[in-house]
Amino acid sequence: MKNIFSTRAGIIVVGAVIGIGAALLQYFGNPPNMGICVACFERDIAGALGFHRADVVQYLRPEIMGLVLGAVVAALIAGEYKPRGGSSPLIRFFLGIFAMMGALVFLGCPWRTLLRLAGGDGNAILGIAGLIVGIFIGVLFLKNGYSLGRSHAQRKASGWVFPALMLCLFLLLVFQVSFTPGGPIFFSAKGPGSQHAPILFSIAAGLIIGAIAQRSRFCTMGAFRDVILIKDFHLISGVAALLVFAFVTNMVLGQFKPGFEGQPVAHTQHIWNFLGMALSGLAFVLAGGCPGRQLFLSGEGDMDAAIFAIGMIVGAGIAHNFAMASSPKGIGAFGPAAVIVGFLFCLIIGLTQRDKISA
Amino acid sequence: MSTKKVDARGLSCPQPVVLTDRAIAEGSTDIEILVDNEVSCENVQRISHKRGFKTQVRHEGSDIIVTATKS
Repeated sequence: MKNIFSTRAGIIVVGAVIGIGAALLQYFGNPPNMGICVACFERDIAGALGFHRADVVQYLRPEIMGLVLGAVVAALIAGEYKPRGGSSPLIRFFLGIFAMMGALVFLGCPWRTLLRLAGGDGNAILGIAGLIVGIFIGVLFLKNGYSLGRSHAQRKASGWVFPALMLCLFLLLVFQVSFTPGGPIFFSAKGPGSQHAPILFSIAAGLIIGAIAQRSRFCTMGAFRDVILIKDFHLISGVAALLVFAFVTNMVLGQFKPGFEGQPVAHTQHIWNFLGMALSGLAFVLAGGCPGRQLFLSGEGDMDAAIFAIGMIVGAGIAHNFAMASSPKGIGAFGPAAVIVGFLFCLIIGLTQRDKISA
Repeated sequence: MSTKKVDARGLSCPQPVVLTDRAIAEGSTDIEILVDNEVSCENVQRISHKRGFKTQVRHEGSDIIVTATKS
């Protein structure tokens, strides 16, 4: 049976649903211009678990769990649940760490970059530009034979570990579990971590988006990469739909506020908005997917993708503990250091992981 | 005319497409691409069609074989 979601029309519909869904999530309580942000939300999860103690960004975001679990259901139904792994997992773990560091310098993943644009945040223009440049650099490596090597089929039982973790996190949220007085689990009382849509709405949105994104192979990094690498406009049509429909929904709901200064959960240090997303974009190319895509892949049983996602969560903990994450006031003291080290790492990986696989 | 064989099993996106496109760029008109998942199959078909190739898909166990022929 043909997969209607992976047709051109299908992916455009999926993009539209994500754009509208994200705007609605914001309307029902998620932070402004942050209806869904995979990076920010994984950072919030890291905070909830106590991996960092920035008390304004601690919350077990159910959207993340929904994205994985929705993808699991869709993959199972479509017969695409295929546990696999073993393609340079440690490298992918560190790519996740540095991808998150880059994202936290800019304050957003590619989805949030688009949502910030759709909300009128001009600073996201620098983010998108940086993302495209980072992806461009990654494409140069791809053209030169970059590859992290083959993955191999794993036991059916193995692919359940990451989805099970997501389910456990969801239960910790629902039952508001406290392990010691004062936390963890931490729940922000103020700041973006305290702004969230009702749990039922969030998990439902995550599940639906996770399922349709898995079916449609939605990937914001792949979208730009394919235009640059093979001049293919399939994935980017979905991304464009996300942007357009998020913008229209924002206009309808009165959530569009154009400008550069005073944008929600954003700063105006243009050079670092650009460089942060450039690092993230490069890391996403080297890891084979944007953060959302990595979550959908993990739902299919891809354990290399799951390792990347865990790397992002760990990276968020590191970024906030080591003063690398930005805030609306601007970049963290060690944000530039994170970007420099991250670029060095990605450059070395890009150059050394060459394709010895003969086709 | 010999068939160019491409083994893209276990390779993650965009490797299967990169290898297929490379084979096409090298002038092969008859290509057999081995993948092991639906996503790679879809992507390899898409690039083949884009480059003016017709494709046929058959399953052999857990492998998927995409045959691309220049039309």
